[in-house]
Amino acid sequence: MTNTFVQLSLTPILIGVLACCACALPGNFLVLRRQSLIGDAISHVALPGIVVAFLLTGTLAAGPMLIGAAGAAIVAVGLIELIRRLGNIEPGAAMGVVFTTLFAAGVLLLEQSDTSKVHLDVEHALYGNLESLIWLRGTSWAALTDPVALAALPPQLGRLALVLLAMVAFTVVFWKELVIGTFDAGFAASIGARPGPTGFGLVVMVAVAAVAAFDAVGSIIVIAMFICPPASARMMTDRIGPQIGWSLGFATLAAVLGYVLAGYGPLWLGGRNSVSAAGMIATVSGVVLGLAALWGPRRRGAHRLAA
Amino acid sequence: MKPMPELVAQDGRTLAADHPESPLAIAGMTVSYGDKPVLFSVDFVTPPGAMLAVIGPNGAGKSTLIKAALGIVPRVSGKVTVFGAPWRDARHRIAYVPQRASVDWDFPATVLDVVLMGQYREIGFLRFAGARHRSRAMECLERVGMQGFAHRQIGQLSGGQQQRVFLARALAQQADLYVMDEPFAGVDAATERAIIAVLKDLNAQGKTIICVHHDLATVQDYFSHVLILNLRKIADGPVSATFTPENLQSAYGGRLAVAQIDRIAVG
Repeated sequence: MTNTFVQLSLTPILIGVLACCACALPGNFLVLRRQSLIGDAISHVALPGIVVAFLLTGTLAAGPMLIGAAGAAIVAVGLIELIRRLGNIEPGAAMGVVFTTLFAAGVLLLEQSDTSKVHLDVEHALYGNLESLIWLRGTSWAALTDPVALAALPPQLGRLALVLLAMVAFTVVFWKELVIGTFDAGFAASIGARPGPTGFGLVVMVAVAAVAAFDAVGSIIVIAMFICPPASARMMTDRIGPQIGWSLGFATLAAVLGYVLAGYGPLWLGGRNSVSAAGMIATVSGVVLGLAALWGPRRRGAHRLAA
Repeated sequence: MKPMPELVAQDGRTLAADHPESPLAIAGMTVSYGDKPVLFSVDFVTPPGAMLAVIGPNGAGKSTLIKAALGIVPRVSGKVTVFGAPWRDARHRIAYVPQRASVDWDFPATVLDVVLMGQYREIGFLRFAGARHRSRAMECLERVGMQGFAHRQIGQLSGGQQQRVFLARALAQQADLYVMDEPFAGVDAATERAIIAVLKDLNAQGKTIICVHHDLATVQDYFSHVLILNLRKIADGPVSATFTPENLQSAYGGRLAVAQIDRIAVG
């Protein structure tokens, strides 16, 4: 007998959890640096990079896509600096102009090029296709030990596992530089902790997470996961280590609960069809953020209330 | 032996050769933010063991001078040596304390976490703070009277307490030169006394102290030397010879009444 949970739900849930954690981890530093919108912006910038990479290579393989998106992010950062310095425009405005222009350019490029044979369109870019990342060979739990079945796992699973591993490695290796540079960039520069390159590395890692997650789950989840779990986690604790732990917990909770609610929620309410898993996961993370803002022990003002 | 970096002042003297022991020597330093120049061609040699105030009106470039000298903001031109060596080779001998208002105190860190940042270099790449580092950090907190607050989140402290934590972080760096940006801004009187006591103690041990300072009334009490700036260097030297009505008048112009200058200045 076929185990439909393993076949249809296990891999989408795992991929959702990996994608959410890969974004939430660097998101902690973005939120603390008050640069939350960089995650949003990069997921916009990624589009022209991915389209150009596709036009050059003709495939949607992960490597060229990541390089294309990272290249686009670097171009965007350069353009922002250029506009900010030459035009003497405040950074927020410079970012807004560059990111929307590049995203629009990506859309135009996508329309003009022949991508009909591959799964690359604006809708996919927004919602992803989490529900379709099923494991047809995974007919029962026993398949987890069957090499033939394991080889048929959706490639996104391994890719996102690698990306999450890279995020963890980056965070551990550059922990002190990230923390000091985020809290006090001037002091970090004075002790040689290189806040500039560290900040740039963080943005590159955010781009990698955005592209890898975007391919699997679409930009809605990406944007929500950079911001919601870390922001919720900040209201649970007053130290950055535990904050990161909470954020990964919240990201996992949102991925699992969101997927289950999207699949079964409408049935429980008497509806017939399931709803978008990406949309529901982002919604759950938003609700968690709302709950943390109302009852989190370390929300702003909680100290004064307790005193 | 490393070649001495060239450091030539406007008058042609080679500053580094003249002052290899100066904790911080600056030659021809010009800094601008965008198109707006904020410091013109400053030459300055910090005397070893000085307790130096950098003074000048708002917007005179006091903070910019130290940030540019320490490589935190870029210089348009100019050379800097630290104890006769290029800044990069000697920055471990400097403890820099930024303005308290320049950081986000809502950051999720405890007092102890912040003081441990001062031991960044000693902890080393790919390592985390151990018991030895924590016990040094606690000693530094004791020196500023903050040992009871080690596990508080930094946002729950008063302004004066936050400034003491910054000083403790600088102490943890075990530096020879302390560069502080307005350490007395917005602190209570008890904190001001505590900070000046620690600084005078460090100075007595031979450490050099440079403070951006805005309270002209305390310059004579706290400092041995003064550097007066207003976009350019106006004057520098021992307080007794330099903190004069004429120099203050040329730095502050109409912003200080003559009666005020007469009350605070030397002579």
